[in-house]
Amino acid sequence: MSTILTTENLHLFYGKNEALKGINMSFEKTGITALIGPSGCGKSTFLRCLNRMNDLIPNVTITGNVQFHDTNIYAPTTDTVQLRKEIGMVFQQPNPFPFSIYENVVYGLRLAGVRDKEKLDAAVEKSLKQAAIWDEVKDRLHVNALALSGGQQQRVCIARVLAVEPEIILLDEATSALDPVSSHQIETTLLNLRHDYTIITVTHNMQQASRISDRTAFFLNGELIEVNDTKQIFMNPAKQETNDYISGRFG
Amino acid sequence: MRRLFDDELNDIDANFTEMGMMVSETIEKAVKAFIDHDRELAQEIIDDDRQINQREVELEQKSFEMIALYQPVTSDLREIVTILKAVSELERMADYARNIARATIRVKGHTRVPEIEAELSEMGNRVRKMVEEMLAAYVKSDDVAAREVAAKVAKVAELHDDINRNGITHMEHDPETVIGSTGYLKVASYLMRIGALVTNVGEWIVYLNTGEIIELNA
Repeated sequence: MSTILTTENLHLFYGKNEALKGINMSFEKTGITALIGPSGCGKSTFLRCLNRMNDLIPNVTITGNVQFHDTNIYAPTTDTVQLRKEIGMVFQQPNPFPFSIYENVVYGLRLAGVRDKEKLDAAVEKSLKQAAIWDEVKDRLHVNALALSGGQQQRVCIARVLAVEPEIILLDEATSALDPVSSHQIETTLLNLRHDYTIITVTHNMQQASRISDRTAFFLNGELIEVNDTKQIFMNPAKQETNDYISGRFG
Repeated sequence: MRRLFDDELNDIDANFTEMGMMVSETIEKAVKAFIDHDRELAQEIIDDDRQINQREVELEQKSFEMIALYQPVTSDLREIVTILKAVSELERMADYARNIARATIRVKGHTRVPEIEAELSEMGNRVRKMVEEMLAAYVKSDDVAAREVAAKVAKVAELHDDINRNGITHMEHDPETVIGSTGYLKVASYLMRIGALVTNVGEWIVYLNTGEIIELNA
């Protein structure tokens, strides 16, 4: 297995408040990594560092290194639009644009200048299939995406990320606003995608982390306490804090 | 954070230990009844076995319920799994104690061999002590103690072999002792089985503490 993404001594400050205290972590080319920990532990902040989403927040200082393939994504020469195509993100609230399902999915490709109708059609079908929603929407691709249910909207958002052919998909509590059936559909989608993509997901749902992830990382107070195979973390973690958190003793 | 789960876990933990003490007592009584040729005590053991079986079922049901309702992980999961596995070992120990009681009833009135009975008495005491010590190791979650107790099965095995040899020798020399000695051999093998089950409980205590499934005295 080869490593695709590595963070080295990653620190992040909101003003003077140190939210990440030197995170060293690496991610393989495929598989799902779950980031868990109580609110405020830094897991979402860490996730957002991985495609420079924190750039948009004023007063943030980041030090250390995030290596994607051979480049440091924080190098001044990085094109963040390109970066976010390669490392896409799905958010907690489904956030489709207020236009058709079709236009949502091809949005990134149009931005990149793709005009060829056949190419766009093919991308729509492929992405919606990968996101496991094609069968539900194939006959109404030109309906407004906002007319879909929350779970369907979220899968359209996943398709939108997939359409630009990323290598890494970041999910920030992507199922926490969904009902159990929709969550399950998203989980199934992720399980199908894990063989071809690096998936990193922040979740508060322990059962979800244990069901779908290959690796689990536990964060606490801005530190990475423990990262290991999910089975190991949920059956016999090395650290007492991990044990206490995932068995519900705090957090 | 105090969890409802902790209270329930404490409950099944206490029930398990209590059942262990019942089993230990039953073994003690069974050996005593055999040595004393006490048919009444033996019958009591046979009758009381149902209570131990009932305990086992209750503990199993409670464990399943806790797994379903709380979905325990890590050390919580290991505790429940340990109880679930060890409770069957305890129940089987009690079954062997009941078999000893049955042998007591069958053997009564036949020619005795005091020398072998003394050995059986020693073997019975050692096995009962192993049960008690293993329960103490469980209560303290002490896997080192569990390994030490499990190692004591070697001496029990020695006594078992001695009793076998002596029993056969007596049968060869004095046909009058055949029925009695056959009983001795059976009781010795039941006690040996109990010793092996104590070792199994020790393996689950090691699992409880380390997460490793091992074979003690393999």
